[in-house]
Amino acid sequence: MPFKSTVGDYQTVATLETFGFLPPMTQDEIYDQIAYIIAQGWSPLIEHVHPSRSMSTYWSYWKLPFFGEKDLGVIVSELEACHRAYPDHHVRLVGYDAYTQSQGACFVVFEGR
Amino acid sequence: MSKKYDAGVKEYRDTYWTPDYVPLDTDLLACFKCTGQEGVPKEEVAAAVAAESSTGTWSTVWSELLTDLDFYKGRCYRIEDVPGDKESFYAFIAYPLDLFEEGSVTNVLTSLVGNVFGFKALRHLRLEDIRFPLAFIKTCMGPPNGIQVERDRMNKYGRPLLGCTIKPKLGLSGKNYGRVVYECLRGGLDFTKDDENINSQPFQRWQNRFEFVAEAVSLAQEETGEKKGHYLNCTAATPEEMYERAEFAKELGQPIIMHDYITGGFTANTGLAKWCRKNGMLLHIHRAMHAVIDRHPKHGIHFRVLAKCLRLSGGDQLHTGTVVGKLEGDRQTTLGFIDQLRESFIPEDRSRGNFFDQDWGSMPGVFAVASGGIHVWHMPALVAIFGDDSVLQFGGGTHGHPWGSAAGAAANRVALEACVKARNAGREIEKESRDILTEAAKHSPELAIALETWKEIKFEFDTVDKLDVQ
Repeated sequence: MPFKSTVGDYQTVATLETFGFLPPMTQDEIYDQIAYIIAQGWSPLIEHVHPSRSMSTYWSYWKLPFFGEKDLGVIVSELEACHRAYPDHHVRLVGYDAYTQSQGACFVVFEGR
Repeated sequence: MSKKYDAGVKEYRDTYWTPDYVPLDTDLLACFKCTGQEGVPKEEVAAAVAAESSTGTWSTVWSELLTDLDFYKGRCYRIEDVPGDKESFYAFIAYPLDLFEEGSVTNVLTSLVGNVFGFKALRHLRLEDIRFPLAFIKTCMGPPNGIQVERDRMNKYGRPLLGCTIKPKLGLSGKNYGRVVYECLRGGLDFTKDDENINSQPFQRWQNRFEFVAEAVSLAQEETGEKKGHYLNCTAATPEEMYERAEFAKELGQPIIMHDYITGGFTANTGLAKWCRKNGMLLHIHRAMHAVIDRHPKHGIHFRVLAKCLRLSGGDQLHTGTVVGKLEGDRQTTLGFIDQLRESFIPEDRSRGNFFDQDWGSMPGVFAVASGGIHVWHMPALVAIFGDDSVLQFGGGTHGHPWGSAAGAAANRVALEACVKARNAGREIEKESRDILTEAAKHSPELAIALETWKEIKFEFDTVDKLDVQ
């Protein structure tokens, strides 16, 4: 009788911080998160970087932070435009909070190859 | 104008009970819960507390007349009943700012909770709250970094941080200890923690531990692509040894060290906090011995005071308890002192145990750490109660996973992120906790097994849910 263990082997995964342990979000799920960022009064901000440099503090801005932008559709199309322009880069969405000078939300929307 | 010396014993209330006094913005205010000996009038008890914690002595002394004692004395300006308690009452006392040395929490506590606690006219005495005037706060450095800087350093945004204490807490060699650190961090935790009991024992000297841990941290960081840290406990027998350990942690390139602020003492803590600010290190604070001081409802010091004192003395993270599974009042009280750690202005709110408006000015905030006896089923409640500016630490809930610590860490990380994602999407995560966790487990065998392992432990869903209502 072959030996059967119930213990699994956990393999280390390279992840990209917040939401890195969840499966990729659907379009609707991404909309929900953008809506949350806007509802909190944070400014949406899009950043991108080549995967080889993902641990650096500064990723490149896509344009400028979208200060005061309330239109969900605008943010979605900017995310897609950034992804089209840099298909091999990671693209992340930030909810920038000017009051705390921090990021209330930050997660990778498109993973670069 | 000058007074005559009249030797003898005066009633305290003649001098220290001043119901007409209007406190100044610069006064340090304190609220004591007093339980006097039978037959002693409330005003006399309250005035005695004011006197003994400020300028008074049991007898009139001639040398009082060399100064203007009215300028320096503490005054009891208000007495209030304690709801539902006939034998105790609240005494509100105002202390002039000049009674205290600038930047010294040690000095404040030596006065306010010094000899007065052994005073015979009192059966019990409890310091419930202190309103620190902004004028005093600005003389304290406070947290070496604060929440915003810590997030930027560790690159953690939009969620609570995730940690765990290394177990078994005592008895592992340095190399074995580093192995457990590595397993937790590669599995998805942001931080691991030295147990508070780990200092530098014969089975594992501090230098040996620091070196192996540093290797584990950098390895996990390299393999996962995420920032990692381990709270290296620098608590030691003497300040000199404490600083030696802190220096070595810095030399190894570690981001964070740890101190036990009550057993170590406020002076040591304030010194280490200043060292951390100067050296760019984060500081995690444990609170061993707090329950000795804060647990009795009528005697001692409430934890909200100890939490405020820590924010002044300095620390970037402080343990606050977990709330989950306890009584309704605990949730409110915990929320009350968590606010004191993190917010810049907290209004008086008796339903949360805050007796005064408290203005922290520009003092940085402290992460609230929830640790002890929590597992993955508690995650939704913890995220709801503690919010993003917290560190959630699962010890047994990580190492107790059937596949080991790495899988346990991954299970907790998946659960945490699923809760945050659901909250952001507008779901009521405490009510829908079962659905949220079960859905998340479909993509994570580690989480599925964790949910199964701890399912028999009662999930306090109903209790916690009711607590939102006051």
